[in-house]
Order: sequence, then structure tokens, then C-alpha cells
Amino acid sequence: MTPTTEATAPTYTKKDFESDQTIRWCPGCGDYAILATVQSVLAGLGIPREEFAVVSGIGCSSRFPYYLSTYGFHSIHGRAPAIATGVKLANPKLSVWVVTGDGDGLSIGGNHLLHVLRRNVDLKILMFNNRIYGLTKGQYSPTSEQGKVTKSTPYGSVDNPVDPVNFALAAGATFVARSVDVFRQHLSDTVAAAAMHRGAAFVEIYQNCNIFNDGAFESLTAKATREEKALYLEHGQPLRYGPEKSMGFALKGASLEKIDLKQHPEREKDLLIWDQEEPSGTLGMLANHLPKDPANPVPLGIFRRLEKPTFDAGMRAQIDAARAKRGPGNLEKLLYSGTTWTV
Amino acid sequence: MSQSDSAVRPTRKVETLDQVVIRFAGDSGDGMQLTGSQFTNTAALMGNDLATLPDFPAEIRAPAGTLAGVSGFQLRFSSYDIHTPGDAPDVLVAMNAAALKVNLGDLRAGGLLIVNTGGFGKKELDMAGYPKSPLEGDALRAYRVVAVDLNDLTKRALEGLGLSMKEALRCKNFFALGVCCWLFSRPLDPTETWIKSKFAKNEQMVEANLRVLRAGFNFADTTELFQTVYEVPPAAMPKGTYRNVMGNEALSMGFLAASELSGLEIFLGSYPITPASDILHTLAAYKNFGVTTFQAEDEIAAITSAIGASYAGKIGMTTTSGPGVALKTEALGLAVSLELPLVLVNVQRGGPSTGLPTKTEQADLFQAVLGRNGEAPIPVIAAASPSDCFYAAIEAVRLAIRYMTPVILLSDGYIANGSEPWLLPKVADLPKIEVRFAGQNGEPTPANFLPYLRDEKTLARPWAVPGTPGYEHRIGGIEKADKTGSISYDAENHERMCKLRQEKVNRIASDCPPPEFEGDEDADLVVLGWGSTHGAITGAVRQARAKGLSVARCHLRHVWPFPVGLGPILKRAKKVLIPEMNLGQLWRLVRSEYLVDAISLPKVQGRPFTSSEILEKIQSLS
Ligand SMILES: Cc1ncc(C[n+]2csc(CCOP(=O)(O)OP(=O)(O)O)c2C)c(N)n1
Ligand code: SF4
Ligand SMILES: [Mg+2]
Repeated sequence: MTPTTEATAPTYTKKDFESDQTIRWCPGCGDYAILATVQSVLAGLGIPREEFAVVSGIGCSSRFPYYLSTYGFHSIHGRAPAIATGVKLANPKLSVWVVTGDGDGLSIGGNHLLHVLRRNVDLKILMFNNRIYGLTKGQYSPTSEQGKVTKSTPYGSVDNPVDPVNFALAAGATFVARSVDVFRQHLSDTVAAAAMHRGAAFVEIYQNCNIFNDGAFESLTAKATREEKALYLEHGQPLRYGPEKSMGFALKGASLEKIDLKQHPEREKDLLIWDQEEPSGTLGMLANHLPKDPANPVPLGIFRRLEKPTFDAGMRAQIDAARAKRGPGNLEKLLYSGTTWTV
Repeated sequence: MSQSDSAVRPTRKVETLDQVVIRFAGDSGDGMQLTGSQFTNTAALMGNDLATLPDFPAEIRAPAGTLAGVSGFQLRFSSYDIHTPGDAPDVLVAMNAAALKVNLGDLRAGGLLIVNTGGFGKKELDMAGYPKSPLEGDALRAYRVVAVDLNDLTKRALEGLGLSMKEALRCKNFFALGVCCWLFSRPLDPTETWIKSKFAKNEQMVEANLRVLRAGFNFADTTELFQTVYEVPPAAMPKGTYRNVMGNEALSMGFLAASELSGLEIFLGSYPITPASDILHTLAAYKNFGVTTFQAEDEIAAITSAIGASYAGKIGMTTTSGPGVALKTEALGLAVSLELPLVLVNVQRGGPSTGLPTKTEQADLFQAVLGRNGEAPIPVIAAASPSDCFYAAIEAVRLAIRYMTPVILLSDGYIANGSEPWLLPKVADLPKIEVRFAGQNGEPTPANFLPYLRDEKTLARPWAVPGTPGYEHRIGGIEKADKTGSISYDAENHERMCKLRQEKVNRIASDCPPPEFEGDEDADLVVLGWGSTHGAITGAVRQARAKGLSVARCHLRHVWPFPVGLGPILKRAKKVLIPEMNLGQLWRLVRSEYLVDAISLPKVQGRPFTSSEILEKIQSLS
């Protein structure tokens, strides 16, 4: 559904998107900030409230739909993308959202996530990544860093984590972005951009679980170091970061070269101009590779945004075309077709 | 007869039969399914009653000539009302040594055996495990053997057409079909018409197949291999228009009918699996009926997308077989908890695990009735025959919508791929399915919509679909408070909700017709069945009654919950016999529900019951 800007569009405030349910997240959980931001964004889209359907899986994050005053659907672990696909195919007019966690979306539901992204189903997918299983009380998740010590991995986790943004880029998602629970304005802009996108829009939201994985994103979110650690990807702008925007990146071979502009002001012209429409996803992956080195900043913002035909529109078009060509179905005629005989 | 030429033909006896069971058997590349279905269509057009039983290997093309690669198609056609594809074939057409080896044991003593000697070379004999040719010596003495080299005759019929040897040999099934058409006084026109339209794009193939078909017919006419021509006059069937239909086809049409009767569009989420895929294929072709078919990434996505579609106001359905149901189990529980309409079709096959993908079985009844975590009642209905799949599909949708519940519809490989003549209904005579979306009937918008406020009669909750202003609400798989649907962990509320969900499903037991019953009310023995055993049980019970035995039969369309009329029937009977293609699943349910000491007749061979197997058991109990 494309947000409307006409005068007839309903005007809502954040309050209109709050439900009467008691919120049951732990005090201090990053989910609160995300909820407040999303409520404001939805209120401002100009879409009638009854046209939102918000589907989630299972996890702390997946309780989200209960706290919105829209149509909400809290389902089973990992399956929200598939359910949402059915909702969207059944009624393409709806604005269909998926809320999922790192375990829900990338462990048990990884297969469904892959397929909605590659099909480009017109869904807005918010993945709350706290790098832990919150609801089941703190086991490591597929996004936990290697060596993570949890109840289920007392000697440290052995496996390599999956990066949600890389996963989405590789799956061919047409909109891929990352933001952070506490970066209110950035999160708001990112979610709004996802809402405006026609097609599968995937947003990874770093979310602090202050009970089981507190401080997972501390180095990025701490007020003191924030500006050194956040690399905002802005379409058409050079890749610069730091308190005085004095650091940047240039393309060098198949990787990014860090440039200190204070020392090398002459190299400003070499800075990579961010292109979110680069179709292969290569640039997105290059940028996303940076945090492998803890000395580098973390890229935030839109990694890729492309216009492509959506699955739901394509499926509808086939039905419309069949009706135009063969006329609406005639059951009586169908039953009596083929070889029949009369006694 | 369309074919007659001026050649001098031997004069033959004409014998009239009231039924024939014929089986075509050959390599899976030999086109036996096609031969069988063409012969079936012709029988249908001749006004015979009929029933078919295709039997094919799980492998698409097992190595040619092997026992594993044998494919068969059995047809029974008759001048009277029949219910099964027959017990032992009267006629066996064997295209090679392996086909003979696999099927000979079934041919009745004295039966007619038509063998293609071209399929009995050294290599074929070795592959079939025959140390020496069974065609020599006394091995086949119990049968009337007609041995002809179909390979050679086919090649000769095609001389001059410029086909490769391989292409030419591929036509040999039509030679066999031509011979059989002659033998049973069948016209060639229906097959000719079919060949012309099937190969419309390839004139050479039209010509080749027509030539071979006619050559087969003429060959039988002019040689002296056959002393008798048979006739099977039409059956006295109720008046009306008929077509021949397979179960999966009828089921698909039943869903289209349910869509028309309810005014709702269909959403089918499915993942390919034998023997259910044909429903997906069939419905995918009917997009102009507003059908959305979604081939999902797996069975879980197939059912959950269908649940999503139901949530948004379509008829969500999902079609699969046993292993697929296993994957869908968690989502079925979700549908129970959400109380949304949903139809799951299980076209059962042999299990467990991958089991026997192309063979039939009824061993998923427990899975349907009991196979979920928690108290998760789901009504289960079953189709009785290929054409009955149409009505079963409509009933499944009716129950799902009326009771806001998932419904499991059981079919099986036997009726899915088997066919029978179907007396076509008039669409106008089919009862409408009532649908009420909350907030769309001009009622005032409630200040506080209660998504779990129930209908007094059915206990169904309202169906409020996204897009309806003022009805925004939240649902989920977590236990919910009665009426409001808010999350609730309250102990008493949970028990109340479990009982309400159960009671809702229980009420279906009195909202369905009494079970089908045939025979005297006070019969000593009642044979109880469900699903595709309907035909075999009917045949057996009628034969037993004709012999003067005190037997009746009862059939369950609504398998779970048991319809209210079943208890009295079972309590009245001195003995109850339950034949099933499993190790006694209905039997156990009946015993636990009614404390009736029923007797089980189990069969798990991947093959349907024959009437005689059931008759024998009836006799032993009488
Ligand atoms: C089929 C199934 N398996 C396991 C669970 C238990 N379970 C619930 S939530 C969860 C993990 C949630 O982690 P995540 O998706 O990261 O969500 P979070 O709680 O961290 O927001 C698990 C394993 C379940 N509910 N269902
Ligand atoms: S366990 Fe963690 S993620 Fe879950 S609500 Fe508490 S703080 Fe939030
Ligand atoms: Mg998590």
C-alpha cells in the first residue's frame, strides 16, 4: 500500500496506535524505544489504521503486535513471513508488517525470510536483533558473536554468526537497512523509508536486551563514542563519519580503505559516494564488512533500495489476465466440460 | 465399430458379459496409464459403470525392464452398479517379462493373458529374474494365452513413416489398445479423437498412433488368435449427464464449487508431494475463478500462508500427504487456537516416513484426530470415492466457515488417482455456504469489539478481517481470555477455553447427516468403514446379503467427532467389523468411545481391499 498524502488522509497521533494491552517487556528493554518510534511512524503515514496488519512470530520482540492498536497477529516461531505472505496475497490493499527477532527470523524462520525477500513480497520486515534468545532466557542466537558464553554454551559458542544485512542483500531484498533502538530519529527515518518502499523492505534494528545480553551494542550507542562509531550511509553522499566528519572510506580494489581527512585533505575526492541503488549488493556487503575490524565504525542506514516488480502484484496480475482472457470462471461449464455422456 | 475392411474375417462367437476386469501392465515408459485411461474413457462413453486402479512406481523412470519399473492400470467395467476396480483381473495385458512376473499372480485362473513376446528377449527375462522364458513349457497352462510380438507388428505398421526405431516402439501401447478395443467390441473413435487433439502439434505422431491403433484392431480382427468377441452392454445408470472423474480432479472442482457457494475466493498454499500434487496443478490452471495458488517453500509456509489468507478473508486451504501433515502440525494447532477457517487435505499414502509414496493407505487417521500438542480438536471428514471428493470438499469448507475451525479432509492415493463415472450435479442445486464478516452487514460498530465472543448455536467466533474499520484486534497462539482475546495465563480461563474449543467441535456431531446405513436395522453384523473402503465394503455386504447373511454396513463421512447416530447403530449390532487400510485406527477410536468390542480387519499392503477379502471375513463371523 502506498502511503497517501491527500487531504483526505486520516490524521493520527502516536496515541492512536497504542493498544490497551499491558506491556510485558522487562523494564529498560530496547523494545520499548522501538515500539514508541514505530507507533509514531505509523501514525504519520496517512494510511487508515484498519489497513495495517502486523504479523509476528515468537520471542520477546514478537509480542509487538499486541501493543499496537492495528490488526495484529502473533503467530508461531519463525513463520511470520509466510503468514504475512498469505495476508498480502489475499488482500494486496493492506499494509502488512512483520516483526521478528534474530532467532525467530534467522534460526527457525530463516528459510521463510529468505523466500519472502527473494520473491519481493510487499512486506515491511523489522528484525529486532539483540544477538540473544530473550524469551527463552538467554541462549546464544545465530547472530551472537563467536565464543559467546551463555547457559547453553558455557564454553563459548563455536559457530560463525550470520549477519542479517548480508543475509538480506544476498537474498536479493529490494530494501535493506539497519538502525538502532535508541537512535530515535534515525530509526524513525529508516522505518518510514521502509514503509514507503514498494516490495520486501528489511530493517535490522539493533536492540539491547538488558537482561541477557546487556551492552551488546554499547560501543556504538554510548553517548561518548557514538559519533566515532556510527557510519551513516546517505545516498549520493561520500562515506564520512566521526565527530567532525573527518574520517572516510574510499574504494580500493575489492575493499574499503580508511582515510583520515585531517592528515590527507587532498584525498577527499577519493571518498566513495554511497549508492543505495547499486543492484548487485556488492557495495552494501563491502560497507557491512567494516565492523569485522573493531577499529571501524558500524554502517547504519539504507544499504540497498531498488524498484522491482512485487510478488503480490505479479500474482494478482495473473488472475486478472486469466479473467480478461477466459472470462470469470463458470462452474457449471467447467463441470460439464470434457467428455460427457447422457443417460 | 468404426473399423471394418473387406478382408475375409473368421466368424466368431459373440459372448455377452456383465463385467470385465482388465489390467494393462508394462514398463513405466510403455504408456500403460495412458492406455488404461483411454480404454476407460471409451467404456464410460459406452455407458458402462466402471472403477479404475492405477498402480505406478515411485520412480519416474526406474530402469527399463526391471520389476521396480512396472506400471499397471486396472479397469473394471460392467453392465451393473459396481463399487471397486475388481478383485482378480479376467484379462492381463503384459508388455514385457517383468510386467508378467509382477502381475501374473493376480490373474484369475482361466483368465485371458495377452503377452507381448517382443518384451521377452534374453535381457528382459534376466531382468525379470526368469531363468527361462515362462512362455515356453507349462508355466502358463492355467490361462488362455495369446502371445504376439507387438514390437514387431508395431514396427511393421509404421514402415515408411520415417520414424526411428525408438519412436516407433513407443507407439506399441496403441497396438495393444487396438487389440483390446476389438476384443471387447469398443469403437476406436474416442481414442482417435483424443490422439488427434493430444498430438495436434505433431502430425507425424498423429499419423503414427492412429496407424498403430487401427493396425492392432485389424490384426485382432483378421488373425485367428481370438475365438470369441465379447460385449459388455451398458449399465442401467440413473438418468443424467455423466463424466469420468478422478478423485483429485473432483476435489479441486469441489473447492471451486465451495468458492462459488460461499462467494469467497480460494487461497491454496501447497508444497508438491505425491499423491496430492495434482490438486495444486488443477487449481493453478483455474486462475479465472479467482484462485490464488501459492507454491510455498515448504509445507510449513504452505499452511501458514493459508492461515494468513483466511485471516484476511479468503478460504485458506492446503493440500498435502502424510509427511507434509507432520510438518504442518504446529500450524494446525495455531489455527485451532486462532479459530480461523482452514481446510487441510491429506491425500494419504503408505507410511511411516517416506513410506510408499505412490501406494494407498489410511494410516493417518490417528494423526488427523490426535496428532497435535495440547487439547487441539479438529473435525475430520473423509471422501469415499473419486466423485465423492467433490462433495467432501464442499462439506469441508462449509464446516470450516460455519465453525471457524480448521478441518482435515482425508482422501487417499486410491481414490485420488482412481476414477469412476460421476452423475454431474446442477450447480443451482448445491446448498449455499453462508459467510458473515463482522462489520460488513450494516451493524453498528461496537465500542469494544470482542473477537472471541461466540455464536450461541455454533460457538463460532466472529470473523473480522483486516481492512474493517473499528474491528482492529489482536489474535495469537498464546492462550487468550474468553471474549476479549487478550493474552491470559489464568488457570480457570485456560480450562474454560479448552472446553469451549472442544465443545464447538463436538457440536458438529449433531450438525451432520446420520451415518450412511444399508441393510436391516437389526442385522447381526454391522460392517463399519470410513473413506475409500466404501466401495469394497458395499460390494462385500451386498454379496453377503444376497447369500442370506444378516449383515448391514455403515459408512462415516464425518469421521471425527463421531456423528450422533453412530452410537445406537453400534450398540444394537451383535458384532461390529471394521475393515481399514491400517492396523486398526478407527477400530481403537470406536472401542474407546463406545466400549464396543468391535473386530478389526486390518490391511496395510499399499493396496485397497478387494470385496472378496471382506466377504470372507464376514462369512467367518456369520
Ligand atoms: C517451535 C518452537 N520452538 C521453540 C520455541 C521456544 N522459543 C520461543 S522464543 C525463542 C527464541 C527467541 O529469540 P529471538 O527470536 O531472538 O527473540 P527475542 O526473544 O530475543 O526477542 C525460542 C527458542 C517456541 N516457542 N516454538
Ligand atoms: S528478556 Fe531481554 S529482550 Fe526480552 S523483554 Fe527482557 S530485556 Fe527485552
Ligand atoms: Mg533475540
